[in-house]
Amino acid sequence: MSHSIFDFISFVSWRKVQLAVSALALLAASNYSSAQDTPLLSGGVGFLTSTNAGNTTYYPIVEPLIAAPLGQHLLVESRADFLEILSPKGGGQSGYDHSHFIGLTYLQGDFIASRHFTFVVGDYQIPFNTYNDRLSPIWISNFQDGPLIANLDYSSSGSGLGGMVRGNAIARNKYSIDYNYYFSARSSNAQFGASRGSGGRASIYFPAQRLEAGYSYDRLLQGTHENFSGVHVWWEPKDEALRLRSEYGRGQHAQGYWVEADFRMTAFGGLNSAIGRIEPLFRMQQTFRIDNVASDGLSPVNTQRADFGLDYNLPHNTRILTSYARQFSASGNRNVWETGIVYRFLFPAWKGK
Amino acid sequence: MEREIAMNAKQPLTAAMLLVFASTLALGAKQEAPSTAKTAAKTPQVTPQSDGERVFKQQCARCHTPPDGFSTHISGTIVRHMRVRASLSQDDEKALLRFFNP
Repeated sequence: MSHSIFDFISFVSWRKVQLAVSALALLAASNYSSAQDTPLLSGGVGFLTSTNAGNTTYYPIVEPLIAAPLGQHLLVESRADFLEILSPKGGGQSGYDHSHFIGLTYLQGDFIASRHFTFVVGDYQIPFNTYNDRLSPIWISNFQDGPLIANLDYSSSGSGLGGMVRGNAIARNKYSIDYNYYFSARSSNAQFGASRGSGGRASIYFPAQRLEAGYSYDRLLQGTHENFSGVHVWWEPKDEALRLRSEYGRGQHAQGYWVEADFRMTAFGGLNSAIGRIEPLFRMQQTFRIDNVASDGLSPVNTQRADFGLDYNLPHNTRILTSYARQFSASGNRNVWETGIVYRFLFPAWKGK
Repeated sequence: MEREIAMNAKQPLTAAMLLVFASTLALGAKQEAPSTAKTAAKTPQVTPQSDGERVFKQQCARCHTPPDGFSTHISGTIVRHMRVRASLSQDDEKALLRFFNP
């Protein structure tokens, strides 16, 4: 599971989480004028397994998310990861080693000035392409593993520390254009580590066609200044339970892409029928080295991988994820089998008025 | 190679355990449905399509499927969260809120 969603977890100290909890506890003292604005506690609880080249590793994981509105324009939100890893001992020994990690994925304050401008301050997820800030939560991901190119700019760890402005630039009936731009300061703080850099994303969406296309740019402003760029295309045909998603990312020394399709078998009684809950998946991905300078998170050799998945969407926000992947590279071909179950929870942080 | 096959053989066992757990949940769902519906704001099915439903399908459902249900106490917070994520207008926010609380 070398390229998993867990690669996005910022493995930071317990203090970082304590700080977030303390900040959010302060919010608990606030008065909420509307009964609909009670802070929420959401997230996912999962038990995942991955058998990679014959070794099975187990990952119990909890990913809580809290969001608390303040007044009419503010929202404070945060997500964290609590992960235990049980992996087989090497060297012919029997039994398992275990380790655990606690990390804050993000902690940010959002000020909504208008539809066109929302100002984000704090530790936020970098909006490069789409996986990191839109698909990485365990209750959203179709596959346990993130795409290979998700680690393209590994130095940022997927999060930035500073500010971001985002919003809708143009809204018409036939299309809309969204944007975001961020600047991140360099921080070696164990609690809020980040790289100095800036970047952004612009995307256009055609609602009638349910088609989205976007361009991302990211420039590292420390050490060797490197540029990263990406393109994404999503298409969800109207009135079809089919989703096609794709991304291409390019760094100074490597590039790659992924294409993913998922389908709900709604023809047999709708989304909530026993068969309609079945969700076949397919993802194809490749990475390519441009040169041998390994300053990014991609494999040092060209890699091809095909993922075949079959998810089952149970009632009560519970989902079973299963997949088989065959990976080909000069460093060796291998099979990756994964199974898991994820429960998504969503409830008020406390009893509302 | 044999070792690899032997290790992979554990996967069907895990999958079988998950299926048993899934069946239990599915059965539980049938029995608990009435009490859940009592407190949770089920994502409504409105015909013809309301503005809120349109906003949900075009903006929220691009990334994720709707949750089965949630308390009305947090519907405003969910909408606020989505307003940030999807750059919704104030009108979209109101329509989505009406969709969640018909």
